[in-house]
This record gives sequence, C-alpha cells and structure tokens, in this order.
Amino acid sequence: MAFTLKWPEVDRKLCVSVTSGSPSHSSNSNSSSTMASRTSTRSRTNGDKYSVLLPTYNERENLPLIVWLLVKYFGESGYEYEIIVIDDGSPDGTLEIAEQLQKIYGEDKILLRPRAKKLGLGTAYIHGIKHTTGNFIFIMDADLSHHPKFIPEFIEKQKEGNYDLVSGTRYQGNGGVYGWDVRRKLISRGANFLTQVLLRPGSSDLTGSFRLYKKEVLEGLIERCVSKGYVFQMEMIVRARQLDYSIGEVPISFVDRLYGESKLGGNEIVSFMKGLLTLFATT
Amino acid sequence: MTKLLEWVFGVSVLGAAWACVTFDLLSVSIPGAYREVAWPLPLYLLVSLGCYSLATVGYRLATFNDCEDAAKELQAQIKEAQEDLRKKGFKF
Repeated sequence: MAFTLKWPEVDRKLCVSVTSGSPSHSSNSNSSSTMASRTSTRSRTNGDKYSVLLPTYNERENLPLIVWLLVKYFGESGYEYEIIVIDDGSPDGTLEIAEQLQKIYGEDKILLRPRAKKLGLGTAYIHGIKHTTGNFIFIMDADLSHHPKFIPEFIEKQKEGNYDLVSGTRYQGNGGVYGWDVRRKLISRGANFLTQVLLRPGSSDLTGSFRLYKKEVLEGLIERCVSKGYVFQMEMIVRARQLDYSIGEVPISFVDRLYGESKLGGNEIVSFMKGLLTLFATT
Repeated sequence: MTKLLEWVFGVSVLGAAWACVTFDLLSVSIPGAYREVAWPLPLYLLVSLGCYSLATVGYRLATFNDCEDAAKELQAQIKEAQEDLRKKGFKF
C-alpha cells in the first residue's frame, strides 16, 4: 500500500519514508499506528473513531472519488476513521469497485456490507451500524454532492459543544448550492420556510443528509423513525428535538449534479408535503 | 402535544378572544371603537403573515449562495483523484 500523505510538521525520519511511499517500511502498513507513534501535533488518537456510512446504488463512477476524498481529508486531519460501503445490489458493478478500493486502502479502512437489493435508507444505516467500531457516525451521500472537506469542521463543531448531532446546512452562513436554477431554489426555500413554520425544528436544513451523530444517538433515532427517503432525514431531526438532543450546525456547499441538470418533479413535492403534514400531525 | 394540536389550541384561544371582543360575548359592553378595530383583525393578520412569508422567502431566495468555487474545486479534485487511483492500480 502506498500512501501519499502530506505532513508538513512531521519529524524528518518518518517524513522521508512516508513521502517516498516505499511499501517495505513497516510504519506505512497502517496509517493510524504510524500516527500514534508520531509526536507531531497532527496526531489525534484520543479514542474517538469516526465511521462513515455510504449507502450506494449505482455509484460505480462516484464511489472511488468519494473514497479518495474521504481518505485524503481524514488522513490530513489525523482522526481515526473507517468507511462502510452498503451497496444494495447495484447492477452496474459498484461492489467490484468497492472491492478494488478495499485492496488499495485496506480492509480496516474500507468495510463492505452489501445487501441483495434496494431496501431503503433506514435499514441501510441499521445494517451498516451493526459492524462499526467507531463511536461517531457520519452519514452522507456518495454522489459527490457532499464534500468530505467539511468533515474536520463537523468534528470540531461536535467537540465544541459536545453535540449529540451535527447537521450540515445549505441555508446558513456560507452554506449554499451549485447547479440549481431559480425554480429549484425557490421550491427549496419555500419548502424549508414551510417546514420551519410548521415544525419549528431548531435546525435550518431539515432535508439535508450530511450529518455527524454520536453512535448511540443514531441508533436510538433510527428505532423511532417510521418515514422513508428524505422525510426520514426530517423525522430524525424532529425526533432528536423531542428527545432533547443537542444539535449543532455547519454550513456546507452542496454540489448537485456536476454534470447535467438537477430535476425536482411533482411527485417528490407531493411526497414531501405528505411527509411534512404527517410529521406536523404526529410529533 | 403535537404541533398540530399546538396550532389548533393557539388559534382557538385567539379566535375566542377575537369573538368575545367583536361580538361582545361576555356582555361587558365593549366600546364600539374597540369592536370596529377588532372585527377585521384576523384578515389583517392573515394578509400581514402572507406578506411576511413572501418577503422572507424572497429574501432567502435572493441570498441563496451559489457555490461556483466548490464546483470548480471538485472538478479539479476529481481529476487528481482519478490520476492518483490509476497510479495505485485502480482500474476504472
């Protein structure tokens, strides 16, 4: 395995062997143990481990890229991590791609938990969580709309207030989107406004799915949620509020469909309204 | 209490207060001036809320950040990632 980590403040001896990428050096075989033995300020082995759940369906092209980015930003930050790929029987061979990545980055970093067919997000999380060894869980999209560069910000935010969950928001601070036309943005802002008025959730972006949870918080919330799709994401926040969990926010950029147009159809709007009204009436 | 019930409760309380003043249901002989003001209040409230909503959504729409830089950065990183993975033996 050859890592190309960039460590500006590491002591000389290790710096030479890491950047030359020689596989014979034993400290290269496991980046976390290398980091533990370094005395640099980048080492952050205080026992926290972050598991990233990546449910995938037909993400053959994006999966290697998102994994590369995750390895890059986690590696630079020094935090312990693992990536769990939950593939729902993708016909385009996403699982083979994941297996290749596992060979490159190691089975301790990339875990595969495939399923036979498309079974839904909540069950994907439950299935993925079962084998995590982290005490914190990241959930995010595997289609490059969520960028791993925000991961250190999420982690720092969480530590700042010991939040039970940290949610990425596109609507506050310098959060934003790319690839949306005015109609799409209007629908988004309008729907969010309605959600804020009806549910008063205490979180600015309810349908966002780039979040960091404490493991036990995520497990508890999934048990209580009954919706599907992105209404499920909304319900998680609403239930978190009900249970008095603390919620932090980090502005994120959401790059929707780098290639081509993003579409939001009438069906999705209808199901959103149904979900919103159901939550309004039941929580 | 669900949000729906909170709303129903809040609207009922306000509605009852308004009805009491407008129709003098408590037989307290409220002066005509008060009743004239109270009578159209719900309508004024609805219109104001409607205007506030439109203004808020309009403002938020106008200030919705466009992440051009993020898109460019991502495109550059995609190329970097593809090259790096090929070097590591990845077959696309």
